[in-house]
Amino acid sequence: MNAVDLLFWLFAVLSVGGGLSMVFSRHPVSAAMFMIVSLVGVAALFVLLESFFLAILQVLVYAGAVMVLFLFIIMLLDVGPEAGKGKLSHFKTGIFGLLATVLLVGILLTLGNSYDSLALDQSIWPELSESKDGASHSLPFSTKVSSFGYGLMTKYMLPIQVSGFMLLAAMVGVIILSKKTPDREDLK
Amino acid sequence: MMEWMPQGLWFEVCLKVFFAFMMVGAVMTMAGYSVLAERKVSAWMQGRVGPNRTVLPFVEYIPIFGPLLKKLGMFQPLADGLKFLFKEEIVPGHVNKFYYYLAPLIALVPALTTMTVLPFGQMYWNDGTVSTLALADLEVGILFVFAVSSLGVYGIALAGWSSNSKYSFLGGIRSSAQMISYELAMGLSLLPVFLWVCAPGSSESGLSLSAIANSQSGGAWLFLVQPLSALIFLIALFAETNRLPFDMPESETDLVGGFHTEYGSFKFGIFFVAEYAHIVIGSAIFTVIFLGGWHFLPFIEDPWPANWIGSLLGVGWFLAKTIFLIFFFIWVRWTLPRFRYDQVMHLGWSKLLPLALVNLIVYLLIVTVIDQNAAANL
Repeated sequence: MNAVDLLFWLFAVLSVGGGLSMVFSRHPVSAAMFMIVSLVGVAALFVLLESFFLAILQVLVYAGAVMVLFLFIIMLLDVGPEAGKGKLSHFKTGIFGLLATVLLVGILLTLGNSYDSLALDQSIWPELSESKDGASHSLPFSTKVSSFGYGLMTKYMLPIQVSGFMLLAAMVGVIILSKKTPDREDLK
Repeated sequence: MMEWMPQGLWFEVCLKVFFAFMMVGAVMTMAGYSVLAERKVSAWMQGRVGPNRTVLPFVEYIPIFGPLLKKLGMFQPLADGLKFLFKEEIVPGHVNKFYYYLAPLIALVPALTTMTVLPFGQMYWNDGTVSTLALADLEVGILFVFAVSSLGVYGIALAGWSSNSKYSFLGGIRSSAQMISYELAMGLSLLPVFLWVCAPGSSESGLSLSAIANSQSGGAWLFLVQPLSALIFLIALFAETNRLPFDMPESETDLVGGFHTEYGSFKFGIFFVAEYAHIVIGSAIFTVIFLGGWHFLPFIEDPWPANWIGSLLGVGWFLAKTIFLIFFFIWVRWTLPRFRYDQVMHLGWSKLLPLALVNLIVYLLIVTVIDQNAAANL
């Protein structure tokens, strides 16, 4: 066990513990705060993998923007601890909990098996230079920002365009839904 | 079992921790003296004298030097700090205690964390190599600053909410809305800058702060190349640091004290210091990106020699620019009246954001044309 391992366990406990506390805390504000702790913990795990760009995006997008809006809404609506009580009966909650547990264990088992089959010196990621589109430019896969950008603009161009279009559609939808028509009677 | 930590690493970690403390000390000192500068500058602008009584007992009797320091109020920050520390600590009965205590800490920590990636000079080594002076010169420096400073809003939002008072709550809500709105314009205003610096064919790539400062060495400063980006960034910086004319969260005429209405003694002091630390760091980042960092005037090569004297002069020059910007912050505060809240939102969403987008598209086209011409000439 060296210092990096210790840091890994620290942040792993932080992210998993934060997630569990989020689920179990009664007050919505506490739940939101624990979720931020969990997100920052995951970002720290990215840092340990020397993937600074992903870590920063994790903090910037999720902890810095999405969760602020969550907290904002929770505070504006002033929801108290009683708001967390769902309408589901204990029986239904139990079934859903069981399903989720089975799913989680399944994922963990599958991941564990595939991890074992990897040779230690073999990287999970293919080198970008070996891929079809990246062949002209020999830019190896790295944690550098430029390699992310290069990959997104060459190999993953279609996914990025599609997700951009979906976001645009969502934005237009929100504008239409939230736009107040001056008088509904006129429309009829 | 692996070794806990290699022998040489211990020394390196201790050194880093030492450097970190020095950096915190420097920024906090500057934050403290910014408070003094604020009081002095506002006094001069209003024809008053400002703090000129505080002095340490034994310093007063040093001839010439002592009275001068007293007149300049150089010991006022010390007295202010002690005052915050020794005031009676009052916690209102209606607050949510845990978040009430947590909020000032959450406000201060991001302000102090952003300084880790801040480059402030260059070190010329004896063997001719040059390295950047920074705690951690990350390749994604500017994104790190954005990410960490966006966490600062939690301190203000939680302070407003946990105080359980209408004034604080309104202050917290206003602040969150304002910071989210202006982050967009701020990020968009920097895109053309990095597009320009990392244009195809240039040696730079990535989002490093030191690379952007060095790209201005001996050439045009970036605020000359991209005046609109600089203006949008500066306005957004004022909004993000909650400074007048954007101090909606604590506008004392309509919200008493805004998010820190219910805070007193040292807890208020922490909010206060965090605000000035934000100003210091914000000024430093504006200097690095738009004002050439530690490099001399635009179009003039650094006149100082490439040795340790040059390194010191570079850092000093960087500090001088930063201090000028801090003065600019204070200058604006005591000159402009405060906006109304709807005006702030209007300016952010329907003026600055479209302007930043147009700016980005124009520079996209310019960079493309330059790139195409360069490719045609090959």
